[in-house]
Amino acid sequence: MDITLTIIGQSVAFFVFWWFCAKYVWPLFMDVMEERRQKIADGLEAAARAEKDLELAQAKSTDQLKVAKVEAAGIIDLANKRGSQIVEEAKDQAKEEAKRIIAGAQADIEQEVNRAKEALRAQVSAIAIAGAEKILEGSIDQAANEDMLNKLASEL
Amino acid sequence: MAELAEAAHAAAEHGAESQTVQEYISHHLSYLTYGRFPDGHWGLAHTIEEATEMGFMSIHVDTMGWSLFLGAAFLLFFRYIGKRASTGVPSGIQNFVESIFEFVEARVNEGFIYKNPYVAPLCLTVFVWIILMNTMDLVPVDWIPEIAMAVGGLWGLEHMSFKVVPTTDPNITMGMSISVFFLILYYSIKSKGLGGFLSELAFHPFGKWMLPFNLIIEIPTLFAKPISLGLRLFGNLYAGELLFLLISGLLGVYQLPAHFVWAVFHLLVVPLQAFVFMMLTIVYLNAAHEPVEHH
Repeated sequence: MDITLTIIGQSVAFFVFWWFCAKYVWPLFMDVMEERRQKIADGLEAAARAEKDLELAQAKSTDQLKVAKVEAAGIIDLANKRGSQIVEEAKDQAKEEAKRIIAGAQADIEQEVNRAKEALRAQVSAIAIAGAEKILEGSIDQAANEDMLNKLASEL
Repeated sequence: MAELAEAAHAAAEHGAESQTVQEYISHHLSYLTYGRFPDGHWGLAHTIEEATEMGFMSIHVDTMGWSLFLGAAFLLFFRYIGKRASTGVPSGIQNFVESIFEFVEARVNEGFIYKNPYVAPLCLTVFVWIILMNTMDLVPVDWIPEIAMAVGGLWGLEHMSFKVVPTTDPNITMGMSISVFFLILYYSIKSKGLGGFLSELAFHPFGKWMLPFNLIIEIPTLFAKPISLGLRLFGNLYAGELLFLLISGLLGVYQLPAHFVWAVFHLLVVPLQAFVFMMLTIVYLNAAHEPVEHH
């Protein structure tokens, strides 16, 4: 075995390569792998968070659905009530309208009757005078009879 | 299988030059050496004998060069991938690099319980670097040396050796394990204090009245760490390479299936030894970070 200066050369090379590796090679991979580890950890965390979010969203949607159902039921109830109310109101209005129309018709009839009476009254006095003229054949003082006849007519 | 055929061809050529198997193997196990000649000038050794004469004041250009090239290639490649890495779904090659990164990080997190941001990069460097250096063992044994000899022939180095697997050079493996040893010493003294570190050597495991025995046990234990760490890696890869060379040198044309079987087996050794080196580094550094025990 011949030991030569090579042993010193190799020793120097050993330390130089070690220094180079520690300074320029090792940190590169250390950083890359640390960064990747971080990325993966973040990804997993995000996935877990998304899952939780999904659960929450589902719970929320069921809640909202329940609330919506209750609300809808309330609205339907209200609508039904309102509908029947409207029908009631309409009935009342119709009844009143009917009463009014009946009242109007009765007033018309009364008016018509009065008018007929008035006309009849006027015709009665004329007929009475004509009849009396026929009976008395002109000897009657027109003026004196007029008074009497008007009195008769107003009494009718 | 094509590379195996090429290796067989190269081996046959060696046979034609009436080179003995021993010469063939010893040629493959020596280094391209640059160093100081006995007369004082520096240059490339032309023969194995010249290289041996240089002794310590020389450098193995081949293993050192491959080691530097593979280490730099690995770091620059990883940096290139890391620069354009996306934090989203990783692409194929980024996925591959990240899985290595995560593998090393997981081992460090399991084995190293103290806080030190420099241990994990150290383990990544050691693991991938050693895997790459070991993988050179799977390149057919004659390929690159033949090319090197052809190129070296241009400068009169036609018989040069050119070793391709850095981890079959004890200088390379011991260079790394001694660096780990220095780190063990540094972090031991940093976390326990010099006194704490020395008292652990002197007063364990038998208490202060048995100090010499404690030292006899603890000091070899301490030095056994880097030596076993470096020699384990070297031994495994050296044995593997030697077997490839034996197959290539002895079996002639019948070497192809043997190469294949041994290469498949060796595929297990390549990452396993890198893994063992990294795990032991983690264990040693963890022990070094342990604060001093109070009794």
